Amino acid sequence: MTDVQARPGTSGNAEQVDHVVIRFAGDSGDGMQLTGERFTTASAVFGNDLATLPDFPAEIRAPTGTIFGVSAFQVQIADHDITNPGDAPSVLVCMNPAALASELDRLEPGGTIIVNSDEFDERNLTKAGYTENPLENDSLAGYKVILVAMTSLTKEAVKESGVKSRDAERSKNLFALGLVSWMYTRPLDTTLTWIKEKFGKNEMVMNANIMAFKAGHAYGETAELAGNRYSIKPAPQKPGVYTSINGNTALAWGLVAAGQLAKLPVFLGSYPITPASDILHELAKHKSFGIRTLQAEDEIAGIGAALGAAFGGHLAVTATSGPGVALKSETMSLAISLELPMVIVDIQRGGPSTGLPTKTEAADLMMAMYGRHGEAPLPIVASYSPSQCFDAAIEACRIALKYRTPVILLSDGYLANGSEPWLIPDPSTLPDISTTFATEPNHVNETTGEPEHWPYVRDPETLARSWALPGTPGLMHRIGGIEKEDGSGNISYTPENHSHMVDTRAAKVAGIAKDIPEVAVTGDVADADLLVLGWGSTWGAIVTAVDRRRAKGRKVAQAHLTHLNPFPANLGEVLKRYPKVLVPEMNTGHLAKLVRAEFLVDARTVSKVRGVPFTAAEIEVAIEAELERKL
Amino acid sequence: MTDVQVPLTSRKDWQSDQEVRWCPGCGDYSILTAVQLLMPELGVNRENTVFVSGIGCAARFPYYMNTYGMHSIHGRAPAIATGLAVARPDLDVWVVGGDGDLLSIGGNHLIHALRRNVNLTILMFNNQIYGLTKGQFSPTSALGKVTKSSPMGSLDAPFNPLAVALGAGATFVARTHDMDRPHMQEMMRRAHDHKGAAFVEIFQNCNVFNDGQFETLTTRANRDDMLIPLENGKPVRFGKEKEKGVIISSDGAAHIVNVADVGEDAILIHDEARPEPGLAFMLAHLASSVNEPTPVGVFRAVQTIEYADANAKQLAAAQERSGAGDLSALLHSLPTWEV
Ligand code: SF4
Repeated sequence: MTDVQARPGTSGNAEQVDHVVIRFAGDSGDGMQLTGERFTTASAVFGNDLATLPDFPAEIRAPTGTIFGVSAFQVQIADHDITNPGDAPSVLVCMNPAALASELDRLEPGGTIIVNSDEFDERNLTKAGYTENPLENDSLAGYKVILVAMTSLTKEAVKESGVKSRDAERSKNLFALGLVSWMYTRPLDTTLTWIKEKFGKNEMVMNANIMAFKAGHAYGETAELAGNRYSIKPAPQKPGVYTSINGNTALAWGLVAAGQLAKLPVFLGSYPITPASDILHELAKHKSFGIRTLQAEDEIAGIGAALGAAFGGHLAVTATSGPGVALKSETMSLAISLELPMVIVDIQRGGPSTGLPTKTEAADLMMAMYGRHGEAPLPIVASYSPSQCFDAAIEACRIALKYRTPVILLSDGYLANGSEPWLIPDPSTLPDISTTFATEPNHVNETTGEPEHWPYVRDPETLARSWALPGTPGLMHRIGGIEKEDGSGNISYTPENHSHMVDTRAAKVAGIAKDIPEVAVTGDVADADLLVLGWGSTWGAIVTAVDRRRAKGRKVAQAHLTHLNPFPANLGEVLKRYPKVLVPEMNTGHLAKLVRAEFLVDARTVSKVRGVPFTAAEIEVAIEAELERKL
Repeated sequence: MTDVQVPLTSRKDWQSDQEVRWCPGCGDYSILTAVQLLMPELGVNRENTVFVSGIGCAARFPYYMNTYGMHSIHGRAPAIATGLAVARPDLDVWVVGGDGDLLSIGGNHLIHALRRNVNLTILMFNNQIYGLTKGQFSPTSALGKVTKSSPMGSLDAPFNPLAVALGAGATFVARTHDMDRPHMQEMMRRAHDHKGAAFVEIFQNCNVFNDGQFETLTTRANRDDMLIPLENGKPVRFGKEKEKGVIISSDGAAHIVNVADVGEDAILIHDEARPEPGLAFMLAHLASSVNEPTPVGVFRAVQTIEYADANAKQLAAAQERSGAGDLSALLHSLPTWEV
């Protein structure tokens, strides 16, 4: 076969653009996630900056052709630094009528729709709720529509491979990928290499996929699609080796790294739950690092097993989503009382109850802060971008080990599945988070005169308790969830001691503020009229929105929290510096309530609970409204 | 792990300095004594021994042992102990709990610990009542039991703990009672030495809320006629003169008979190592209340894959295949590009 690839960026007939937002949409069975991921990887390897937003239904295989079975994948690629998957897509790839019906209103006015026209038969149109074929009336008049008979073209193209008709049809997503790769002058080799690796074991299927991919590409070249070709230059990036990574993989790798940095074996006790299960899958693959994963009988057993492993000196982790955190709360309180290190990962999703399992939300902050019985404070770390989940995981483990405390690490469905290029760190630059265990008795028994180990003797600096591992001779001791005497750890119900222990546990967590970075302010630091304060995955949209408003002459500053308990030591001072504080959150105002209560500032919420992340435009509107609000 | 260096210890070495806080006369005292006297004989180190418990009267147990210990939360001891035993196969992990702790709130964790066959020694003190919450019916209380929460009689059909354990695939199942220290110790020793999850039900008298519940079985006067000792490879016989026995009749059920009526050869020979649990299950169901002759002893003891061991083997195999984990290689394991 002849190589039809034009050199990216040098194609004579390609118009240069600085970014594009493409949304691939089709039936759950159409392979849209894979198509989007392959397009992303090819773009990443080419050197663009990018951010992705997978958006798929909760059903594993929803009835074919229905609106609720539509699976979509949005990606923004750019020749400059970007932080989010874009607001409205400018290109929409629709594999069937349901995809068109469900996704059309996201497309920007005048945008391009690439349609698999083969699927627009009466049956599929009815399933999508159309009474008329939208390709045949003027309902799409405001858009540029490219009709491609993808199913039949794919079948024709892969004939030679000898695959069955069903398999032939399944390759149509690679036809679509080939076509879009042509339109955006993507290099072909990344995808071809991937097809060969993925399907190498089944030569027939491999060939069919290669043929479909190349046919899609050739279709762009030979059909009358000239004038529809664009190139996007690589983005200037710091030199180094990059990989494209999603949040859950980055988080799992962060846990692997933390085990190495702490020189402790990692133990994950978990129960499968969307969207956190991939952390269990990923860690289960890395047994060569000495990582133990236990798929427990339920969420409670997941954290219980982790706590048992923590008692035994492992770096203990449990990973879940909101419903699982609710079930684990009693054991978290026990871990707080035992003062044992552990990380509870919460990949937030829409709630309450089952809510929106595959859609994103960040409404577990109050639960993370207060969702336990008794006075049970624990540190909270939140990641803000897919790749940053790596650092956030290490930081959560560092705090847990150093302060002997459970730590909640918040991520969300958007970060979990979204991906971005990541400059791979050199392991030697990562922090040492190793801890020490007691090896000698730290007390002499008053009655027997024998040396012994008191488990609640504290480091005066950190208030962390002495940690002796089972197996250490002479340091046998008992710990439990009943209130215990500080120092000895013996059961104590005295009023003074309980009050002291409540204060001590709180002081230990509060003291971590001395050990975390101050919150940084960017933008119009000196003279902003408004501070936009964020946490979690809203970061990408906030950065873009603030940049755009500042480019329009607005005075705006921005701060983003990675530590939510305790807050950075300078947060109160930062908040009071600006006349107005706006807090965009994918909940109804959790952080705003916290900072109001803590610092008496009139922080205002901009809320979004629609299962999808903020767009930058939405935050821009909120910034304008807040700037205009009379004080 | 066998350790040839285990120093000689005595009961005193295994007692903690904590004051024991059960009600005077509670059956828990005799179980504690049995354990503390047994430990020096097991050839284990105190520092390698961990007692994990949930909540309830029985769950105070770890505080009284001079070993490592965790008094956790209601029902969760089997899950916590599972994590510890999988993380640290070098330790000897014991779980202590009552019938409410292990069969009600913790029932799910118990059955899963048993089916996974994690190396745990699980002692369930069955007093057929909630003690610490002051006298409600428990999941092992008899139907019709009148308690504070069931003034007109409990409507709950009770669990048969051994049948639950056998149904969950437990590889070691035994029963004993708090009035017979040597028998308790023998059951505990066997359970401890078993590689895998071992479940021991101990009839325990709660003299405050359910006093005398097991008297029909356990007093010296009643024992001979009411307890059926199970001994491996021996006919299942009981009575002062061993005049009674158990047979499996043609309808497939176990029955109690007079040996003289059926002849010695008809009496069931106990085989705790039978791979299928059917016979043990039948014996577990032989008595439906404390008013019927009740088997005690080891019902089932079979050797099969132990979870922590299998887990360690997977880890070793992974390291053998790809060497010890290399973080830098992991971070470069997806497609990369250089700028
Ligand atoms: S309430 Fe019953 S089981 Fe609990 S300590 Fe008292 S006698 Fe023992």
